[in-house]
Amino acid sequence: MKLTKVSAVVAAIAIGFGLTACGGDPTKDDSAPSASDTLTIGAVGSGEAQIVAEIYKQALEAQGVKIKTKYGIETREAAVPALQDGSIDLLPDYSGNLLTFVDKAATATSPADVEAALPAALPKGLEVFKASPAEDKDSLNVTKAFSDKNGVTSIADLAKVKGFALGANPEFKERAYGIPGLEKVYGITGIKFVPISDFGGPKTLKALLDDDIQVADIYTTTPSITENNLVTLADPQNLIAAQNLIPLIRTAKATTAIEDTLNKISAALTTADLVDMNGKNNGADKVAPDVLAKEWLTAKNLL
Amino acid sequence: MSVASETVDWLTDSANWSGDEGIPHRLLEHVYYTGLAVGIAALVAVPLGLWIGHTGRFRNVAILVTGSMRALPTLGVLSLVAIYSGIGLTAPLVALIVLAIPPLLAGAYSGIESVDPRTVDAARAMGMTEWQVLLRVEVPLALPLLVGGVRSAVLQVVATATVAAYISLGGLGRYLIDGLAIRDYPQMLGGSVLVIGLALVLDGVFASIQHLALGERSRVEAARRT
Amino acid sequence: MTWFLDNFAYVWELTVKHLVLSVIPLVVGFVVALPIGWFASRHRRLRGSVLSVGSLIYTIPSLPLFLVLPSIMGTKILDPLNVIVALSLYAAAVMVRSASDAFDSVPAEVLDASKATGFSEARSFFRVQLPLAGPVLLAGLRVVSVSTVSLVSIGALVGVSSLGSLFTDGSRRDFGTEIIIGIIGVVLIALVLDTLLVLAARLLMPWRSVVRSSGRSV
Repeated sequence: MKLTKVSAVVAAIAIGFGLTACGGDPTKDDSAPSASDTLTIGAVGSGEAQIVAEIYKQALEAQGVKIKTKYGIETREAAVPALQDGSIDLLPDYSGNLLTFVDKAATATSPADVEAALPAALPKGLEVFKASPAEDKDSLNVTKAFSDKNGVTSIADLAKVKGFALGANPEFKERAYGIPGLEKVYGITGIKFVPISDFGGPKTLKALLDDDIQVADIYTTTPSITENNLVTLADPQNLIAAQNLIPLIRTAKATTAIEDTLNKISAALTTADLVDMNGKNNGADKVAPDVLAKEWLTAKNLL
Repeated sequence: MSVASETVDWLTDSANWSGDEGIPHRLLEHVYYTGLAVGIAALVAVPLGLWIGHTGRFRNVAILVTGSMRALPTLGVLSLVAIYSGIGLTAPLVALIVLAIPPLLAGAYSGIESVDPRTVDAARAMGMTEWQVLLRVEVPLALPLLVGGVRSAVLQVVATATVAAYISLGGLGRYLIDGLAIRDYPQMLGGSVLVIGLALVLDGVFASIQHLALGERSRVEAARRT
Repeated sequence: MTWFLDNFAYVWELTVKHLVLSVIPLVVGFVVALPIGWFASRHRRLRGSVLSVGSLIYTIPSLPLFLVLPSIMGTKILDPLNVIVALSLYAAAVMVRSASDAFDSVPAEVLDASKATGFSEARSFFRVQLPLAGPVLLAGLRVVSVSTVSLVSIGALVGVSSLGSLFTDGSRRDFGTEIIIGIIGVVLIALVLDTLLVLAARLLMPWRSVVRSSGRSV
């Protein structure tokens, strides 16, 4: 690899500029225990969590709170320990999955029951504020063709379909509402599980449309469900618990000012808003989460 | 060290040793992906490398291309191809082939280059055709470095094939990605131990082949002298 | 292109993070490997075991290492330090072999001569052996540099942001542009670091032309 001297010098200048422009060591910024006046907001996986995190961030910043962010955490299994060790302070989470995560034996499935069960189940040092009516939960989807051919409109109908493949994030294999629940609650056996690490995103959809899988776990606020005319299977046994957006925060950082701000956001946020913002984030324009957050806050008069 | 003992439990649990998700099946898948990726990469890279080494043409281009290919991040290539190919073997295979080509190509051309030019001239003087020079003299003499290239390609692919599980692929990486998804440390560690074990075994195998190749090299050199 | 311009600040931030996550392990790995490699080259009998420990470390897949380190070091789970330590280990593991080869390449007569001249061991190391080992060291460093820059992106799978975050995010959003920009960024960083290494070598070793980074792989 031989480069001319000129380009090498340019590169050297660029690198020097890069190191000074960021003002020291950016890796330190991420890991240092947050100073008491700084709140670190995390977000797990999907774009939606990051959009909501951005909404929290901008609203709190407008109140004068200093914010750092830590997005792109892979799973709740990583995020909750991160909250406990202080790597992050605040996380937009989903009520049902949070509950089953902190209490494996939890049985609540309705929005109100789940929210009521949470405070007691949370580990010491963590608490939640009010849940939002906005909800985004796992849902099992099939193509219209598959639904028509096999007469499947509900999860219960899957019991009579032999040898289908189900695509979802790897953790679906272990979670109570996942494969174990399908076997125990609905008596469905012989499911071929296909782990796809994209949170019911484009690869899961493509696999479903290509018939690599016949059933796909896709979050209800994902625009691809309606765009592709998918049939979302009914859940008569309420296997899949309610998943309302709920702010999960370290008690040490939970002030009334923060609580008031987040409660206002939760009250104003709707499921339709989530579908709309997800559509813009993933659609042709790929609008960034911070832009969407700003638009939403402005539209709801919350800034 | 409870994690360590749980890992041992995981590795020795008979339930983990049977079925499609069992260790033997995952191990076979892993070896299959590795063999396939290195095999396809070798079909492209070895003849090309031999030709570059033999003719001395495009050597600088080859160095530049292998250098840039090494810099390509596997995760990026994997994610990019997967957008178009979806789940399945295509995306991981492309990413792993990209990974395997540079060491194979380099092993092939540097192997040929390592052959003493006087030996090659002598072979030509004996009236050998260019093909005979390549196949009977240069390749046997280049064998140790050639096998060295295969060896490092295999080792890199074995370790990196774990990342391929990110795009819904089997193999030992499954234990890492699935374990990561539910923070199951014993499963993750168990999977890692298996990958390391596989890598060590393969490394040993190729070390022996390299040893044999060195023997072959001295045999050819001896034959030339007599 | 529009996306890139709109998100330039974000991409730049990730680029700087990626650079820092690459450079620290490179420096640490080099500094750690140098004495070990020197030791290995001087003690033939231990050489084999030192080098096998090196290759053993290098076979550990990066992903679990990132995840296991917190429980060993007591660091936080999302701490970039985990990635830095893991990559430093890899860099050191590979560099030990290069360093040992490099010091081997110093002719024994030269060592004897420096001893005869009355150089102390330390002086001989810094004034004679290190400069003579320089070209081979550089070749090793260049290989390690490229692979480290590429490996940093895997950290994105465990939530340590770098240009690799563009891969995971683009993958989730089915957004090729974002991934391509990430790939270009990673390759550019690798290229810049490689160039800097060669330039540094020219400054430090003006007396000899730089050895080409050999095709041999890590």
